[in-house]
Amino acid sequence: MSALLEVDNLRISARNDDDDLTPIVKGVSFNVARGEVVALIGESGSGKTTIALSSLGYTKPGLEFVGGEVRLEGEDVITMGADQLRGLRGQRVAYLAQSAAATFNPALTIGEQVTETCVLHGILTQKQADERAEFLYRALELPDPDLLGKRYPHQVSGGQLQRLMAATALCGKPDLLVLDEPTTALDVTTQIEVLKAFKSVIKQEGSAAIYVTHDLSVVAQIADHIVVLYAGETQEYGSAEQVVSHPGHDYTRRLMHAVRPPPAAGQGDETSEGHHRMAPALEVKDLVAGYGKVKDGKPAITVLRDVNVSIERGHSVGVIGESGCGKSTLARVMAGLLPAAQGEVLLDGEPLKPALQQRSRSELQKVQFVFQMADTALNPRQRIDHILGRPLEFYLGLKGKEKRRRVGELLEMVELPQEFAGRYPEELSGGQKQRVNLARALAASPEVLLCDEVISALDSIVGANVIELLKKLRKQTGVSFVFISHDLSTVASFADEIIVLYAGRVVEKGTTDAVLSPPYHPYTRLLISSVPELRVGWLEETMQTQEAQAGIDRVVTLTDKGCPFFDRCPRAIKDTCDQETPPVRMLSGGHAIECHLGEAEFAQ
Amino acid sequence: MSDHANNSDKPLGFDELPDAPPKRKIKLSWPGKIGIAIVLFWSVIVVIGPTIAPYHEADILDEVLFIVPGSDEMYPDTDFQPPSKIVYLGSDYIGRDLLSRILYGARTTIGISVLATLLAYLIGVTAGIAAAVGSRYLDMGLSRVNDALLSIPSIMFALVLIAALDSPGLAWLIVIAGFIYAASVFRISRSLGQEVMVSDFVEAARVRGEGLWWIITREILPNIAMPLATDFGLRFVWVILFISSLSFLGLGVQPPTSDWGSMVKENLPGLVLGSYACLMPAFAIASLTISVNMIVDDISAAAGGKLATKMIS
Repeated sequence: MSALLEVDNLRISARNDDDDLTPIVKGVSFNVARGEVVALIGESGSGKTTIALSSLGYTKPGLEFVGGEVRLEGEDVITMGADQLRGLRGQRVAYLAQSAAATFNPALTIGEQVTETCVLHGILTQKQADERAEFLYRALELPDPDLLGKRYPHQVSGGQLQRLMAATALCGKPDLLVLDEPTTALDVTTQIEVLKAFKSVIKQEGSAAIYVTHDLSVVAQIADHIVVLYAGETQEYGSAEQVVSHPGHDYTRRLMHAVRPPPAAGQGDETSEGHHRMAPALEVKDLVAGYGKVKDGKPAITVLRDVNVSIERGHSVGVIGESGCGKSTLARVMAGLLPAAQGEVLLDGEPLKPALQQRSRSELQKVQFVFQMADTALNPRQRIDHILGRPLEFYLGLKGKEKRRRVGELLEMVELPQEFAGRYPEELSGGQKQRVNLARALAASPEVLLCDEVISALDSIVGANVIELLKKLRKQTGVSFVFISHDLSTVASFADEIIVLYAGRVVEKGTTDAVLSPPYHPYTRLLISSVPELRVGWLEETMQTQEAQAGIDRVVTLTDKGCPFFDRCPRAIKDTCDQETPPVRMLSGGHAIECHLGEAEFAQ
Repeated sequence: MSDHANNSDKPLGFDELPDAPPKRKIKLSWPGKIGIAIVLFWSVIVVIGPTIAPYHEADILDEVLFIVPGSDEMYPDTDFQPPSKIVYLGSDYIGRDLLSRILYGARTTIGISVLATLLAYLIGVTAGIAAAVGSRYLDMGLSRVNDALLSIPSIMFALVLIAALDSPGLAWLIVIAGFIYAASVFRISRSLGQEVMVSDFVEAARVRGEGLWWIITREILPNIAMPLATDFGLRFVWVILFISSLSFLGLGVQPPTSDWGSMVKENLPGLVLGSYACLMPAFAIASLTISVNMIVDDISAAAGGKLATKMIS
């Protein structure tokens, strides 16, 4: 049997304003057989999305096909007319975009949107489509399949929306699914659920799929064949097993190294004790913070409760948790962007004023904040030398020659060439901008650097390079780091200590080794077991475990009494966990776990 | 961990892909180029118009000029004369040279409009930025006052003001137009300012401890300059039409000073007599306003077309 989709020496170019053609895809070939998942993997700019979209006979504006063929069951889709394409798209080939939240219309019910395409194409009547949708909800293991169609997009969680996108695409029984980074924006615990649902539904339906991603460990779970792309050229093409276990090409190996190893004890960097002094560099005591009007020491929406954290001089502390757990809020309180409702923040043992405006310039200088998105954190109208020069002038009073010299040093520190000083942010790539962002924070010569998800928006290789840079900077400068991330492997490879946040509470804290080895808090265990490993078959094994079955993809609720993790916890004790605030159990070496379970039970 | 670190230290020859786009430049379309040529032409006229004009704007031409040599006519018509060697664009309703009046009028019309637009910008941007960065109450107060101003039709509002001031001079006309148009400038600069105010780089400046003045002048204004420039062009056109409408009603520029708007009005009766006198200043207004619009289209296209939607309000 011939392949369902044959991409044959495909070439796509971009036409610029002067009518010159720049090749984007340079002769890529691969086949997709029925019932098979082919992954396109590469960094941004490698042309992976462009290739995937060509199977719909579509190119983004400004791009054009210049050669090769894309044949769906022997028919070339590139040369198809508009009428033929209309029959092709959504009917035979369906596309799943990256962000489900942005794709669903908030004003229409889920059912209407899931069934819309196949009813419009006349494949099914509305009634048949509704039945088909309900069947798919069940297949994708979505809650309340009979009533789900009547709900609106904001009433379901992010992971559920992502699965509903799959339902939308599958409703018309397409031959080929094109999935564009469908799990990139999700938390690990949600990602594994979505992956599992995609995998089983693709198998059930017998449809083929093209899976676009930059994450090799995700690909290992779902793909049969892998195409590794770099700058529009195929670097390696082979079965998943072969590419993952015996990478044949330099670039593939490089991608593999960028995948951080699964979190385990013994990864954290050792810190020299010489940095120690009496008072920690930054300390947070009994913190309560949130948004809205503060009344009797309680904000309208409480995000953090009773948080106690201390950051020793020269240490790096990782803060980990799912989105919405209060990680960023913690950093904002430390920086003074959000005044705390209760509790205090101490710098070198001295209490800091809660609000930014009340803090002195030297206090501000000592705590620097690195924003998550370098794209938006750098003023597009300022040159790099102005961006880096301003903190030097503002905090240290440097001027003229002295300032220029220091800007040069900072650029060198973050491994950027000197001539970047004269450029504007939009002339830099994403990773380079993040380096400038870091250099700006370092320019102030701070004592504590708050890094809020600094590599989440970067590709794996670029992100790995930034992590290496951070490690180097830490050794060079002795600055304390607060490293916030939802990616446990990233945190584990960088931090000395880890704080696990759940629903605004610190559920576990201690050295990296202690947190990543038993005894665990049940939530930490869930997080650790959800990080995909770079090997085929990991997903199936993990889904068997008790934690995964019980705890994945539920809405996080902040509770006033009891343990917030209660309804996800596989080992919850009825009438205790949901009623009483769990005690903090101090284990050896400053390792603390907030849980009702005893030490003996943790060890299991 | 250790082998990971070792391996990634080895350079493998794959550099980070440059994904930076080339810098955006304003690309002029053909209409845009023509627009710039026409606007430049009128700017030159503003400067040298009165010097090159064959007559003074207030000169009522002598009948003698119109006597055809050799004829025995004593009292020829001087009003609404067709274009000829004596009056290149014809004469107006009391026999003044239209070309001269248009050349003189360029200075009045464009001068008043530019000054009024600048004034509108001074008031509007100051208040708009203040509302964007100031407290909630300041924003609320300014915005409600602004809404009240916007709810009054601008011509009616101007008529009331002019009546109250009892036929004021040109300076007052500029103040009135500037004040009325400041309301819409306020709206745009406030919404642009708010958008930038919540961006990460402004937050970064705040965490650094920068003062409000620095944030406004270094972070906000440079980022809203481009959209405001686009809006300036559009607003300028509105002010020209506004001043012209007032003059047309007889409440703007007072005779004998020439102004394109009042020229249209004065010469309107000529239409029934077959004279195109009222069309000449109308063409002047149209050529200038349409040209400015064509330039604005190009700027707005370079800014990503997002501006257009905001401008509609």
